[in-house]
Amino acid sequence: MSVSARRFTSRRAVTIILHGALIAAAVLTLAPFLWIALASLKTQIALLMGTVTFKPVAMNYAEVLFGNTSTFSRNFLNSVIVASVSTVIALSVGFLAGYSLLRMRWPRAVVNLFLLWAVVFNLVPPVTLAGAWYEVFRHVGLTNSLTALILAHTTLHLPMALWLLSSFLREIPNELEEAAVVDGAGFVRLMRRIVVPIMMPGLVSTGILIFIFSWNEFPVALALTNNQSATVPVGIAKFAQENEIKYTQMAAASVLSAIPALLVLIFCQRFIVKGLTAGAVK
Amino acid sequence: MATVKASGPVRLMTVLPALLFLVLLSALPLANLLALSFAKVSWVEGQAQWDWVGLSNYTALAEDALFKAGILNTLILVVVATTLQVGIGLALALICSRLGRGAKAYRTLFLLPILIPGIIIGAIWKLMYNTQFGIINQTLGLVGLGPVDWLGSSSLALGSVIAVDVWHWTPFSFLLLLAAVEALPRDVFEAAQIDGAGAWRTFRRITLPLLWPAIFTTFVFRAIIAFKVFDEVYLLTGGGPGTSTQVISFTIYQRFFVQDSAGYGAAMSVVVMFLVALVIGVAMTRQKARTQ
Repeated sequence: MSVSARRFTSRRAVTIILHGALIAAAVLTLAPFLWIALASLKTQIALLMGTVTFKPVAMNYAEVLFGNTSTFSRNFLNSVIVASVSTVIALSVGFLAGYSLLRMRWPRAVVNLFLLWAVVFNLVPPVTLAGAWYEVFRHVGLTNSLTALILAHTTLHLPMALWLLSSFLREIPNELEEAAVVDGAGFVRLMRRIVVPIMMPGLVSTGILIFIFSWNEFPVALALTNNQSATVPVGIAKFAQENEIKYTQMAAASVLSAIPALLVLIFCQRFIVKGLTAGAVK
Repeated sequence: MATVKASGPVRLMTVLPALLFLVLLSALPLANLLALSFAKVSWVEGQAQWDWVGLSNYTALAEDALFKAGILNTLILVVVATTLQVGIGLALALICSRLGRGAKAYRTLFLLPILIPGIIIGAIWKLMYNTQFGIINQTLGLVGLGPVDWLGSSSLALGSVIAVDVWHWTPFSFLLLLAAVEALPRDVFEAAQIDGAGAWRTFRRITLPLLWPAIFTTFVFRAIIAFKVFDEVYLLTGGGPGTSTQVISFTIYQRFFVQDSAGYGAAMSVVVMFLVALVIGVAMTRQKARTQ
């Protein structure tokens, strides 16, 4: 075997080992999801017996979605409402403020104030804020309402919206905006015709991230809701606390709650990678 | 950069909504929390009554075993989990960038745990850890081991929680570090190869120093999130057995909401916020001194 051929084989061996490591990591990542998906299709007895081959049943899903005692569909609706509304508000408010702080000559102190807010909000455990919000919403009579949770989630994610959107905006040259202003475009026209269309990818990725974060958020939702207004994570947590845990139903509910994440992963993957990493690079 | 001319009112209107959220829903509740931490709240005919108690909420913290356990366990979790996540994430990122093609598919896959609700991660692992039918004990059973009570034994529980956190968040470290690895300048590595530097030497002398800022940032980012850990613990162990998995967010939740001692819970929150700010402040200053 020649020297170059030997080098080639050892290189191949390294490549195979590296691929092996990645595949192992991929299997470890996926296995829990597959296992829970399988568990959700078993009867409680099949799960407890630990049988490998089983006849899949849909009754866990039926029970979770349509059962008399199940609150899951209400939880799901609440989550959709809270996540959508708080995403729309956080995006609009964050976009306006982010644009303004970047392009409208605000004194350094104002910009710093918002920056400090974002930093503090990133550091503080949401549980500490939950207590603070609980007291405030109790004072104004919004205890256990969806409105309270929407406001809380908006506040929680607004700093992120603000800084993500300004970081996207910073990458856009402002010649177009200047030209539009020279042509006499007013603020609203400038936004509608120039800035929002250019910013669309940034808005989409920020919006998706906020929606997912709001959908996933647990401690604040736990503190601010009751049975009527509980969101999906709160509903799932309740499964685990019952005396006799309905494991297979808990599995079915878990699979259903992962739907938004799966949709995002399938359809909007390219938008979120940038959003997730942009926040860290700054 | 600042070029857009907008009249005074328009300019004000653009930041006013954000300012309202900042003042009414951030500053005000936090100020209220600070005030609350000096009070004891009791309920008189459905009305909250505040009695000022000075610093006694704060002095009581020193004697609270739950608080101490929460701080200690959180620190252990933050250090161990974050180190593992950054280490494994870095290794995977380097492998991925080296293999080039096909790496994208892995990236998609690794995104999944980041996007799933923490509470569901907890639910999944609670089932997997189960002593009766969990897949981990079933697998151990095949080779004649176990069953091990991963969440019920006070010596194992914290480790089991850390394992879940590592599984949950390593992909995030991977994602951040992959971005950094892919931004590395190619020519330096070509030069090293021409000079005949071996793989380990290149890694130690070139890759690692170049990646250091990204590794530090990832570590800080992960540490901040790890410090807030709540969802998984809530579902997996509820802080138990005993106080063996008590983490600080959970302690605050128990004191504030479960025991309904708002004043005391508020004091705990204030101390935690202060501690976090202090640690991050020190870390940032040191990092700045190091890079200069």
